[in-house]
Amino acid sequence: MSSVQIRDVRKSFGTFEVLHGVSIPIEDGEFVVLVGPSGCGKSTLLRMLAGLENITSGTISIGDRVVNNVQPKERDIAMVFQNYALYPHMTVADNMGFSLKLRGARQEEISSRVNRAAEILALTPLLERYPRQLSGGQRQRVAMGRAIVRDPQVFLFDEPLSNLDAKLRVAMRTEIKELHQRLKTTTVYVTHDQIEAMTMADKIVVMHDGIVEQMGTPLELYDKPDNQFVAGFIGSPAMNFLKGKLKVNGAATFEGPNGIKLPLKTVPGNSDGRPVVYGVRPEHFTIADDGAEAEIVVVEPTGSETQVFAKLGGEQVVAVFRERHQFSPGDKVRLRPDPTLVHLFDETTGKRMNA
Amino acid sequence: MATAAIPVPEGTIIVGKPKWRPLEGEGNLAMLLLLPTVALLMMFIAYPFVRGILLAVTNSKVGQMGEFVGFENFARLLKDPIFHAVVYNTFLYTFVTTIFKLILGLWLALLLNRDFKFKAFTRAFILLPFIVPTVLACFAWKWMFDPTFSVLNWMLFKLGIVAAGAGVNWLGDGDMAMLSIMIVNIWRGVPFFAISLMAGLQTISPDLGEAAAIDGAKPWQRFWYITWPLLMPVTMVVMLFSVIQTFSDFQIVYVMTGGGPANATHLFATYAYQLGVGTGLLSQGAAVSLAMFPLLFGIVIFQLMYIRRVETR
Repeated sequence: MSSVQIRDVRKSFGTFEVLHGVSIPIEDGEFVVLVGPSGCGKSTLLRMLAGLENITSGTISIGDRVVNNVQPKERDIAMVFQNYALYPHMTVADNMGFSLKLRGARQEEISSRVNRAAEILALTPLLERYPRQLSGGQRQRVAMGRAIVRDPQVFLFDEPLSNLDAKLRVAMRTEIKELHQRLKTTTVYVTHDQIEAMTMADKIVVMHDGIVEQMGTPLELYDKPDNQFVAGFIGSPAMNFLKGKLKVNGAATFEGPNGIKLPLKTVPGNSDGRPVVYGVRPEHFTIADDGAEAEIVVVEPTGSETQVFAKLGGEQVVAVFRERHQFSPGDKVRLRPDPTLVHLFDETTGKRMNA
Repeated sequence: MATAAIPVPEGTIIVGKPKWRPLEGEGNLAMLLLLPTVALLMMFIAYPFVRGILLAVTNSKVGQMGEFVGFENFARLLKDPIFHAVVYNTFLYTFVTTIFKLILGLWLALLLNRDFKFKAFTRAFILLPFIVPTVLACFAWKWMFDPTFSVLNWMLFKLGIVAAGAGVNWLGDGDMAMLSIMIVNIWRGVPFFAISLMAGLQTISPDLGEAAAIDGAKPWQRFWYITWPLLMPVTMVVMLFSVIQTFSDFQIVYVMTGGGPANATHLFATYAYQLGVGTGLLSQGAAVSLAMFPLLFGIVIFQLMYIRRVETR
């Protein structure tokens, strides 16, 4: 196990820069998730960490060794690919033992380590099968088995669950987290799925257009997003944004589209009349007599909760209620955001304004 | 003008008389669709083959129908020293050229599979020896192998390897002639290997190479443990085609040496042609070509079995 330091790393393909100076400290044993929309550079960064892409500038170190010019095989890392990259002409056991074989390990050692990994992942009955005889979830586990057999310094996962169906994805998510709790190996996990990020990570790194937007624990990112991008990316359904102005005369309020007024707890000083974006998560709306009037458009019950799409000041917002309401489209309701939980962002920079 | 409707009792369903549609039956349609292929196969493969067998068991010559003589022609071949040489030549020629075509073709394929400038152009260019009509190319090679005026001997002379007027007698010496036709065959066959193997390489996911690199494989280990085994099915099919083609090669030998000097470069096809058409001993020529059949058949069966084993793995 090892810590990993990514310092001001840049990557260009020709003249096109895809990573604009990324710095991420990763502690020994930490589970870090790189998350962001496609094209944000997260997979490129992971491949640079693995040694599959050159580093244009900056440094990456694993432990206390700078690995910029170190071959992948010398980095002591293991990677799980999106399509698993299992060797189709080798049995499960041979796939898992390949790295040990290359290292010149003795046959008994290879089989004992493969067997141990197979036990952890419940692959023992499948050891003599070929990859094409396995289901998607089993292949996924073999790919993980191949990684853990080597007992590497760092695990790298490149969107490992995106080829699985929804149910299996949830199950494997738990399995990977469990595996990490058991092995405590430093892990860097790339995904575009913010729920995977939230559920698995010790630390989430939100990336966008080649920069790090924010880094922090899942709940830090959820509670205090640094900017509008992170606010919109983390959380499902996504945060509602309304454009408008601050009013500070008397009680601080937000004046939204079509003159609707929404409550605020605190505002930064000297900000009367300032244009802002008012962010409120769907789960932070309540029905209250002093709320703003909204017209219900669509109601989506999921059983455990109900998602309600409504027009608030002419803008569509979504609210989620745990309790059951009898709504139908066209109904008028009064929605009140919890003023302690609203987020204010600068309209031009998108930066967070409230503490 | 309004037409009066014919009164139909309520609840009646009117069904038209079924038409006779023979092609709607799957069996009939299948027969019909198979017919052209079967006809072509019969005409151009089955008939000549049977005809060849019939010819080989007679003593027909050009202009003479001949009588049934059983296996006399084949018995004669067993004692024919030229035929012995032909068998040896054909196996040597096929074996050596296939090995070289495979090695060179694989090497080219691996190079072409990389990313470089003018990739598409180079790939097309590589195919040239394969596109040029073989007979024309063979004439060009024949000039290059000319003992007195050829470019090859000129180069050897300029490089100081041979003395003036003492150039290599490429096609005049038995062993050198065999080497020469092998060179031409390899030159002509490499593009087919290179392009087919490159197509095979492109089906191998680059992730596998990357996974192997992370697993600790050096470049040659990536080739040996990953690329080569995964390319094996394609390699075997390419080899199969090549062996069949090379074993029954005719054009190169016919144009360059005519089987000479002193029958040193005769292969099955050229010897059969010389006996059957050149000398007019049709039945003996047919016997030579038929003798090729069981040998080639054995090789093909062996390779097909191997391909099957590789593919079901």
